[in-house]
Amino acid sequence: MRGEGMLFDPRAVAALARRIRAAASALGRRVVLMEVCGTHTHAIAAAGLRRLLPPQVRLVSGPGCPVCVTPVDYLDRAEALAALPGTIVCTFGDLMRVPSSRGSLERSRAAGAGVRVVYSPRDALDVARAEPASRVVFLSVGFETTAPTIAAALAESEDSGIPNFRILPGNKTVPPPLRALASDPGVLLDGVLLPGHVSVVTGSRAFSFLAEELGVPAAVVGFTPADVLRGVLELVEQLRDGRAEVANLYGRVVREEGNPRARTVLDRFFEPADAVWRGLGAIGSSGLALRPEWAHRDASRIEVAVPEPVEPSGCRCGDVLRGSIEPPECSLFASACTPDTPVGACMVSGEGTCAAWYRHERRTAKERP
Amino acid sequence: MCLAVPMELVARRELEGEVERNGVRRKVSLALLPEAEIGQHLLIHAGYAIGAVDAEEARETIALLEELARASEEGR
Repeated sequence: MRGEGMLFDPRAVAALARRIRAAASALGRRVVLMEVCGTHTHAIAAAGLRRLLPPQVRLVSGPGCPVCVTPVDYLDRAEALAALPGTIVCTFGDLMRVPSSRGSLERSRAAGAGVRVVYSPRDALDVARAEPASRVVFLSVGFETTAPTIAAALAESEDSGIPNFRILPGNKTVPPPLRALASDPGVLLDGVLLPGHVSVVTGSRAFSFLAEELGVPAAVVGFTPADVLRGVLELVEQLRDGRAEVANLYGRVVREEGNPRARTVLDRFFEPADAVWRGLGAIGSSGLALRPEWAHRDASRIEVAVPEPVEPSGCRCGDVLRGSIEPPECSLFASACTPDTPVGACMVSGEGTCAAWYRHERRTAKERP
Repeated sequence: MCLAVPMELVARRELEGEVERNGVRRKVSLALLPEAEIGQHLLIHAGYAIGAVDAEEARETIALLEELARASEEGR
C-alpha cells in the first residue's frame, strides 16, 4: 500500500492531537472513551497516545482481549482433555500461559500432556490428518475476526472427511457486552472506539445500536497512531456537538455490511448462546455454540472430570475489563503480578490491559498527580 | 488476538492463495474471500484472508493525513 508511512507520521499525529485538545476544551466536562480490542490496547500503550490527550479525555480499555475474558473453567477443561490418552489439544499461543485453576496449558505440556501451539486452525487440521489415530481438539476462542476461520476449518474437515478433528467452543461476540456496558448506569462510558478487525467481518452496521438506541457516539478505527487519534477526535467532536453516530474511519478495510461470506460460513456451524465473560459474568447470546447437527465436532461433549474452578485471589482483572479501574489501582499490579509471574489473564496476554500498562505506561502512571 | 496484516495476493489456485509482504510469502486460504483478485491487498488473520483493502479509501486516508502533516508544519 503506497504512503502507508503516513499512518505513523509524527506531524499528522501532532496535528490530530492539537485538534483533539481544541475540541475537548469546548466539552466543559471530562469524558470517558472506551476501546474494546486488545490490539488497540496494545497500540495505544506502545505509541504513548494517552500522553497526547488533554485532561478532559480519558481513554479506558474494555473487554477486548478474548484470552482475558475466557473463563477459568474453559482452561481447566482444555487441560483435562489434554491429559486424556490419545488426545492432542491445539491452541493459539496466547492461551498457553493463562493461569487455570491449578496450572496452565504450558505447565500441562511440560508435564507431558498433548498440547501444541498452532498459528491457524488449519494447522490443527493438518495435525489431525497426520495423526489419524489421535483425537485432535482445537481450542476455539476469539471474537468475530477469528470465529469464521474456525468455521472454515470445520467446513474443510467435513468436506475432506477428517473425522478426528473437534473444537472446544469458547468464541464470543463483541456487540452484546458493549450493549451491557453502555446500558449499565454504573459504568462511565461516553464514547466507543470500535474494533477494526471484528468490524471487517460484522460490518460497522452491527454497532449501529450504540448510536441509535443508546445515544452513544462510536467510531470504527484502525490500529496505527493516526487511526486511533482520528477516532478520538471524531468521538470528542460528536460529544461536543451533541451528536451520536457510528462513524467508519477504517473504510480502507471495513464495509458497512462487513464480510457476508465469512458470516455465512460462521452461521453454518455456530449459533448464538449465552456465555460467561471473565470479569463481566454471564451475558445473553454473547457466545457461539456449535449447532446440534455438529455434535460430533464438539469437544465439550467429551466426558472428562474437570476440577471446581478457582479464581486467583486479590486479582482485579474484572474491574479492569469493565474499565472501572486502571491497572495500577490493583494491589497486585507490578508487585505479585508481572508478565513473568502473571496472576490474572490481563497480565498474561500481550494484549491484556495490565501487560500493556506494565510494559509501556508505568512511568506515566507514576508521574500523574 | 485480532491482529491482521495486509498482504498482496500474488498467486492463487481455487481457494488456496499465496500472499506477500516485504518479501515474506505465505500460503493462505481464500475460503472466506473467494472473490479475491491477484494484486489486491488482503487482510490476513490466522491463515485466512478475511477482507480486502479498498485502494481508493486507503488513498483518501493517506491524502487526509498528508494534509494534516502539512498543516502541522505550518503551525495550523
